[in-house]
Amino acid sequence: MKRFVGGAGDRGFRWATGSFALLLIVIVVGIGIVLWRESILSIRAFGFNFWRTSIWDPVAGNFGAAPFIWGTLYSSVLALVIATPIAIGIAIFLSELCPEWLRTPLVFLTELLAAIPSIVYGLWGIFFLIPLVRSTQSSIPAWLAEFPLFTGAPYGVSMGAAAIILAIMIVPFTSSVAREVLRSVPLSQREGAYALGATQWEATRVVLHYARVGIFGAIMLGFGRALGETMAVTMVIGNSARISWSLFEPQYTMAAVIANEFKEAADDLHLHALVEIGLVLFVITLIVNLGSRLLIWRMTREGRPRVAPQAAESAEAAA
Amino acid sequence: MTLRDLRRRTVSRVMTLFCAGSVILALIPVGLILFFVVKQGIGSLDWNFFSQLPKPVGETGGGMANAIIGSLVVTALGAVFAIPIGIMSGIYIVESGGTRLGSLARFAADTLNGVPSIVIGVFVYAVAVLPFKTFTAFAGGLALGVMMIPIITRTTEELLRLVPMSLREGALALGATRGRAVFTVVLPAALPGILTGVILALARIAGETAPLLFTAFGNRYWSTSLDQPIATLTVQIYTYALSPYEDWHRQAWAGALVLVTLVFVCSLLARLATRRLQRMHRAG
Amino acid sequence: MKLHTLRGWRLAAAGACVIALGAGVAAQKLQINGAGATFPYPIYSKWFSEYNKLHPNIEINYQSIGSGGGIRQLTNQTVFFGATDGPMTPAQLAAAPGRVLHFPTVLGAVVPIYNIPGVTGELKFSGVVLADVFLGKITRWNDAAIMKINPGVNLPSTPIAVARRSDGSGTTYIFVDYLSKVSAEFKTRVGVNTAVNWPVGLGGAGNEGVAGLVKQTPGAIGYVELIYALQNNISYGSVQNAAGEFVKATTAAVTKAAAEAVKAMPADFRVSITNAPGAGVYPISSFTWLLFYENPSNKAMAKTMVEFMQWALGDGQKFAEELGYAAVPAPVVQLELAALKKIKL
Repeated sequence: MKRFVGGAGDRGFRWATGSFALLLIVIVVGIGIVLWRESILSIRAFGFNFWRTSIWDPVAGNFGAAPFIWGTLYSSVLALVIATPIAIGIAIFLSELCPEWLRTPLVFLTELLAAIPSIVYGLWGIFFLIPLVRSTQSSIPAWLAEFPLFTGAPYGVSMGAAAIILAIMIVPFTSSVAREVLRSVPLSQREGAYALGATQWEATRVVLHYARVGIFGAIMLGFGRALGETMAVTMVIGNSARISWSLFEPQYTMAAVIANEFKEAADDLHLHALVEIGLVLFVITLIVNLGSRLLIWRMTREGRPRVAPQAAESAEAAA
Repeated sequence: MTLRDLRRRTVSRVMTLFCAGSVILALIPVGLILFFVVKQGIGSLDWNFFSQLPKPVGETGGGMANAIIGSLVVTALGAVFAIPIGIMSGIYIVESGGTRLGSLARFAADTLNGVPSIVIGVFVYAVAVLPFKTFTAFAGGLALGVMMIPIITRTTEELLRLVPMSLREGALALGATRGRAVFTVVLPAALPGILTGVILALARIAGETAPLLFTAFGNRYWSTSLDQPIATLTVQIYTYALSPYEDWHRQAWAGALVLVTLVFVCSLLARLATRRLQRMHRAG
Repeated sequence: MKLHTLRGWRLAAAGACVIALGAGVAAQKLQINGAGATFPYPIYSKWFSEYNKLHPNIEINYQSIGSGGGIRQLTNQTVFFGATDGPMTPAQLAAAPGRVLHFPTVLGAVVPIYNIPGVTGELKFSGVVLADVFLGKITRWNDAAIMKINPGVNLPSTPIAVARRSDGSGTTYIFVDYLSKVSAEFKTRVGVNTAVNWPVGLGGAGNEGVAGLVKQTPGAIGYVELIYALQNNISYGSVQNAAGEFVKATTAAVTKAAAEAVKAMPADFRVSITNAPGAGVYPISSFTWLLFYENPSNKAMAKTMVEFMQWALGDGQKFAEELGYAAVPAPVVQLELAALKKIKL
């Protein structure tokens, strides 16, 4: 698109729309500033120790957020490990290997997963998943329960349950972004592979290799989503501040502690400590999301050849 | 066929099976959750549920009428806030031709998209609840609106980019100002798609709970005033789910069924609309 | 032209919204927002509903978010009144923008609830045993200390799953107040507050959350207000009082706990009656308070709430017993009616 060229009407248009764009930027910056301002007491009181200490003691006024960071990272990484192969598998199937007639209904069905609200996941988690985890835990043999990964009383609410729900929630997200990335790989790559006598899988591998940067970006986007998820997690994770490798131990995440304690933080320091957690969550998700979007952006820009207007029209008609 | 070719073919088949298996694996939770929600909720969806207020604690019966209306109010408020900002900034990003403000705005939209909903709730609490010393439906609507903005911006942006340059150039060649060209030619061409995107955004945001926890607060009575707390379906489901009362659990499932149905119907409508509009475009 | 249609639609939609929502505001109802304790939520929701039947234009919207939340929202002035089972500390009173008055509304009991597969009878708990369980020192149901005071009960070796509050709670305050009185170690390690640093346990939100957790988790123990155990058919045990008797929570036992305090009620009504001396006393009892500003800015709401309190302390008390609470003793009611006059209308 050409830049604006002169004219009062154009300038009015530019100002009108530009002010909304500016508003958007102001909102985002505003979030950062407000979070900073409302957490200043805690930042001054604890400094960097906030992230290293594990004591969260509202009575004594000692706040250390290490258990929440641990819980957030551990649950998100676990979810990523479970969800990524499935999401990439779906993306590959739907963009490369799927018969044409099956594609649209399957796409619709997998996107249903994304449409289910978080609270419904949580509800299902409480009444279906938790009893399932509890009975699974009760039935594992005693020698297995000794492993650090499986210790704990059979509460049901646990890190493992949270990881499972998070994984289910990020699969559609990652797979749809990955599918877009795969779609932007130029046809010539596939055609070249087939011309050389590749099997379907081998051609797919070529495409995957070409798109690896974008795929990585899609995975990171899923990670970012998992980091910020609140409701479903707080309903199944057990809300107990502790650092543990065990999948069966109840733990706590940053988003969950804010949701639970925010309305009740009776003294200012407690409130500011919670907002500080919110600030860090904001910064972490910012970094992860922007990093991944950058990767995907670069990939899709490079991959998609400059489209001429007529080609765009026919592409649109064919879609 | 050599042994090596056989191996390659087998590997290819196995991987295809694995990928197909992933799809099936992903559909299992969908099926389970939907089945559960329908099974648990369908029995409780009676006229009472849609018309009555919650009863005092421990008494059975009552409904979520005020919460359903509340969700509609708050979502509509969010839309009123987000649609103008989203569409206008989307227009600016696309039509400004790569100014710094445009790329910054895009950057901001992507950032906002990734902000966790609980953080937005904290932000709106600090900005719209504390200074006015009251929880309000307005604050709840604001929180949802902030979440909707980046989705609408993105949709507008993508759809405007799809509009061919020839349309813009044609309008400009006929002497229209930039603004006129966009609003009378380009935007209407992209509008059906944008509306579809807006409906999808509404459906998604209607299911949000976290940003409403400390903004809309909750209300046991009928209320549609913007300056009072308001009950919402999602927060009500959350409160009921955590309680020990069987009757409240039953109502939570019914509420979940209503929510899921709403979201699905909107998604379905949006998808059908897209298909029909594409057909229209092709014909026209 | 499509431009006009688009703009026209938006204007019409905005206008319709304003009109529809304005209609809501124009009604003559008075809505008063309050928040706080989950402990008295069953009776408060009954009271507000009954009062609304008597005065249909008065809607008292109470959100049960925990005592800590009630205090916080009252201090922020985002609600008109608060509710708490743990009286405000001097620091909290100082932080409030105006003078806050406490008014006891009912008496209630915190009971230890449990869910032990195979055990249907009633369990006895001593203060020390409870303290040790919640400190994490006793980890299995068939621990010697528990078995000693429950001869004849077949306790399994199931691990104890401790459930406590994840939010700021007056119920917690009452419970830890009691535990700190009977166990010096609990007092030093955990202390007394609405939100404490629990050494063990799962967090549930509200009395409802803890009851839900215990009900769904085999081997669980928790603490809730009596009515939550009754309404959900959860087993609750008897607790040993200062006189050495094992007493189960009843209205009579709770009323007896207040007897000493009634004789010497402080002017601001902030008093603890846990572990009270005497026979037949239930040791984990407490008043629960509604919090009002002495000089509120909204006089219409103030007048309404004063009238509500007069009703609640009079006719309202008859709902107390059927919901598992004890009525406020008559001498205290008289003192309160006099104190209500302090609120500047």
